[in-house]
Amino acid sequence: MFSSTMLASILPEILILVLGMLVLIVEPFWKEEKRRNVGWLTAGGLVASMIVSLLMGQPGEPVSTLGGMIRFDWLGFFFKMMFMFAGAMSALLMMDHEKVGARGEAYLLLLASLIGMNLMAVSTDLVMLFLAIETASIPLYVLSGFLLGDDRSTEAGFKYLLFGVLTTTIMLYGLSLVFGFSGTTNIADLAEMFNVGTVSPIAAFAILALILVGIGFKVAFVPFHFWSPDVYEGAPTPVTGFLSTASKAAGYAVLVRLFFVAFPDPSLSSAWTMTLAILAAVTMTVGNLLAIQQTNIKRLLAYSSIAHTGYTLIGVVAFTQLGAASVVFYLAAYILTNLLAFGVAMAFSRITGLEDIREYAGMSRRSPWLGLMMLTAFLSLTGMPPFGGFVAKVVVFAAGVQAGYTWLVIIGVINSVVGAYYYLNALKYVYLHRMPGEDEENHPIPLTRPYAIALVALTVGVILIGTLFAPWFNWSDAGALNLF
Amino acid sequence: MNFPVLSVITFTPIVAALLLLLMPANRKNETRAIALAAAAFALILSLWMYFSYDQSAAGYQFIEKYSWLPALGISLHFGVDGISAPLVLLTGVVMFTGVLISWGDDHPHVMAGIQDRPREFFAFLFILATGVFGVFVSLDLFMLIFFYEIAVFPMYLLIVIWGWNVTREYAAMKLTLYLLIGSVVSLAGALVMYMAQYRNTGVLTFDMLAMEGAGFSQAFQIAWFLPVFFGFAVLGGIWPFHNWSPDGHVAAPTAVSMFHAGVLMKLGAFAALRVGIMLLPEGAKHWSWLIMLFAGIAVVYGAYIAFVQMDFKYMVGFSSVSHMGLVMLGFSTLNREGLLGSGVQMFSHGTMTALFFAVVGMIYDRAHTRQIPELGGMSKVMPFATVGFIIGGLVSMGMPLFSGFIAEFPIFMGVWRVQWLVAVVCSISIVITAAYIMRNIRQVFFGDMPGKLQGHITDITLLDKLAITTLCVFMVVIGLYPKFMVPMVQTGVDYVLRLLGGS
Repeated sequence: MFSSTMLASILPEILILVLGMLVLIVEPFWKEEKRRNVGWLTAGGLVASMIVSLLMGQPGEPVSTLGGMIRFDWLGFFFKMMFMFAGAMSALLMMDHEKVGARGEAYLLLLASLIGMNLMAVSTDLVMLFLAIETASIPLYVLSGFLLGDDRSTEAGFKYLLFGVLTTTIMLYGLSLVFGFSGTTNIADLAEMFNVGTVSPIAAFAILALILVGIGFKVAFVPFHFWSPDVYEGAPTPVTGFLSTASKAAGYAVLVRLFFVAFPDPSLSSAWTMTLAILAAVTMTVGNLLAIQQTNIKRLLAYSSIAHTGYTLIGVVAFTQLGAASVVFYLAAYILTNLLAFGVAMAFSRITGLEDIREYAGMSRRSPWLGLMMLTAFLSLTGMPPFGGFVAKVVVFAAGVQAGYTWLVIIGVINSVVGAYYYLNALKYVYLHRMPGEDEENHPIPLTRPYAIALVALTVGVILIGTLFAPWFNWSDAGALNLF
Repeated sequence: MNFPVLSVITFTPIVAALLLLLMPANRKNETRAIALAAAAFALILSLWMYFSYDQSAAGYQFIEKYSWLPALGISLHFGVDGISAPLVLLTGVVMFTGVLISWGDDHPHVMAGIQDRPREFFAFLFILATGVFGVFVSLDLFMLIFFYEIAVFPMYLLIVIWGWNVTREYAAMKLTLYLLIGSVVSLAGALVMYMAQYRNTGVLTFDMLAMEGAGFSQAFQIAWFLPVFFGFAVLGGIWPFHNWSPDGHVAAPTAVSMFHAGVLMKLGAFAALRVGIMLLPEGAKHWSWLIMLFAGIAVVYGAYIAFVQMDFKYMVGFSSVSHMGLVMLGFSTLNREGLLGSGVQMFSHGTMTALFFAVVGMIYDRAHTRQIPELGGMSKVMPFATVGFIIGGLVSMGMPLFSGFIAEFPIFMGVWRVQWLVAVVCSISIVITAAYIMRNIRQVFFGDMPGKLQGHITDITLLDKLAITTLCVFMVVIGLYPKFMVPMVQTGVDYVLRLLGGS
């Protein structure tokens, strides 16, 4: 049966699809030099889709639609809004990229990936879930290797593809085992099966491990993080920004929904929470320690985002409503912050062509505003108020303490000090060091309009989520409530 | 609804910081004027707040409470009591004098104050000031930590950008990492307390007034007192975690040293008291011997290290360790005299050390050296600064008629009541302090000026004199008229004693 709820539940995806077609139709009519305007269309269209969805597609009581394939609830909705916002910002940041900006297909791939991510956030059926993951991933493989003739980009695309295919295959194997043991693909029914003991715990644990491989690749926790520094470095920077934020958040959307809904049985959950707790501790430590030595800003941010995966995992490990809410809140703050960090890196390298952190010397004199934006981003990553990162960390840690993982929280807080070391070190180049000629005034870093809009929007967002955090948290909490 | 004086005081600096960032970079004097106006405004409001605090009513006053995140029990809850009101005033005073000192003098021989990018300097300094005010007035644990962290990170930039170019990178990173480790450990402790009180009472709240009655078990208090107290006390410069402080003070530009030693170290001590001792009183009783031991070592050791310094600024830096040790020593007594002395000492040391750093900065800007043996005869060219330094020195030695006496005497009394031996040993520090202060006054300000300095040294500016006067006024007023501060601190101490079980 076709109903308005059904329509509302996939309204954002329909709008994105329409937008994608529009991009496809309009693009050839623009001349080569004006073709970057597709970016305006994409970003504007995504923002418009968000507004329309907010007005007409808000979920009420959680319901399953489309034959139990997807679930229409606040958790999915909030994730969708985050992805679409990240997509809009990434489209703006793409526009003035030398090799990507004027290529309509890049925007189309971005939109295609967004549809996949949106569906990842709401899938409650394993088949649907797998399709969504693939829909989200394949365009990103292409985008990572988008710069033909650039060896690093090609390598990034290929590496991402190989890792992605390998891990999703393993995950698929796990999913097929689920079906084999239980005869169902619906995750709500699965919980029932595990609960009554239809599936033996050992098999269940094997399934969990296989599925974790696929998710681990998406969110880049240790030991499935190897691809991320190389891919982040090689991919076009706007793509990297999208990859490190929306794609990671989508992985978390799956992780939270799948594990909280399908494997809540105490005999299972005690095992996977402990596994994830250990992984979280290792992930943040490895990410932070390796980040210290990085000099390339994209690699630095890659390792830092591995560390942030570790912090976010604490919320999953907590396995409480507060834990789920903290994960969502953390991801919202993290998406804004990391996009801002990559945005600044893009704006800087567009003028200078440089990615080495030492070349950022004198940046705050060359462009005081860009310097302040970098300050905002990096301090938020450090976890300093009044920026989003602080509140996000506190909430995640609070969830960890509540669930009795005080040891993990202590590892987390110590790690955040390690993080402070390299973030502050980067800021030292921006604020203290000078260009060789000490004539920074002659080397300004002008921002084009798309950059200015995106960066200002992100900066304001990072500060808003760090000061007026109540509405954001309440949304996260409303989403988390749907899991229990 | 009364005038929300505390939130206006707290947010004035950050609003001013935003205004400053909008100024064109080349309008340096206008930038300074805005900074000075904002600082003066904050000072006047904090004076008004201080004098309208009703001592007979005691308790928390000027309370403001806005619900911030009800789901987690976070609220913007401001209020001051007899201990924090003087500290708010202190922050106002140091902020105002710090801006005066940083105005500077672009005389070619001098180049005092902040000449490079004053806009950013004052903006970061004011963000810091908002953090400091916020900690002193917050009654919500989350907000306290929120503001505490805001007070920490601008230090890094302030030191690394405008600091002494020999050690600034090292010192700034060392300071920031020390303070961050302290603050995150406290944060973990605070979250554990938050969740424990949730388990005990079923209410999620960060409100410290509610947490005071949360009924933490004795074992819990004993286990978590140490991380919470020492996490904050790192910023209070407690031995053996004091190492960052002299390095940080020396590397920082003058106004930041003033802020840092004058106010920020109080922040650590205050938070250690407010969160550590007041929320975990049983833990405090259990561990008070340890605090007394560490504080006692800091008092004597700090004084001795200050005595052997050849660098004027290091000397002042270590003297701060010694004097902040006295504050902690007062805390460790957990009795009326000791806590009262600590409360006054926080204010007294704040003004005194700010004055010291200001004078040291003035001398360094003109003589371009801080080596004590290379200085001399400053009283001839800068008599005003000399008088100021002598007054500060007398306060530092704990001379009667100055605020230092009013503060230190009760501390020693309180310690004597607990453990007379510690009082005797720590009083050695008074002798050492007197020795190095006297020696420096003689060497730096009197005697003959070394030949290579002659003719280069100019007198300090009018604004510098105004700053010195402002600071001296408070030290003398408290010394001559203790009722200015003591009864007020007394009301705050009574509250702490009630939490400790009415000893």
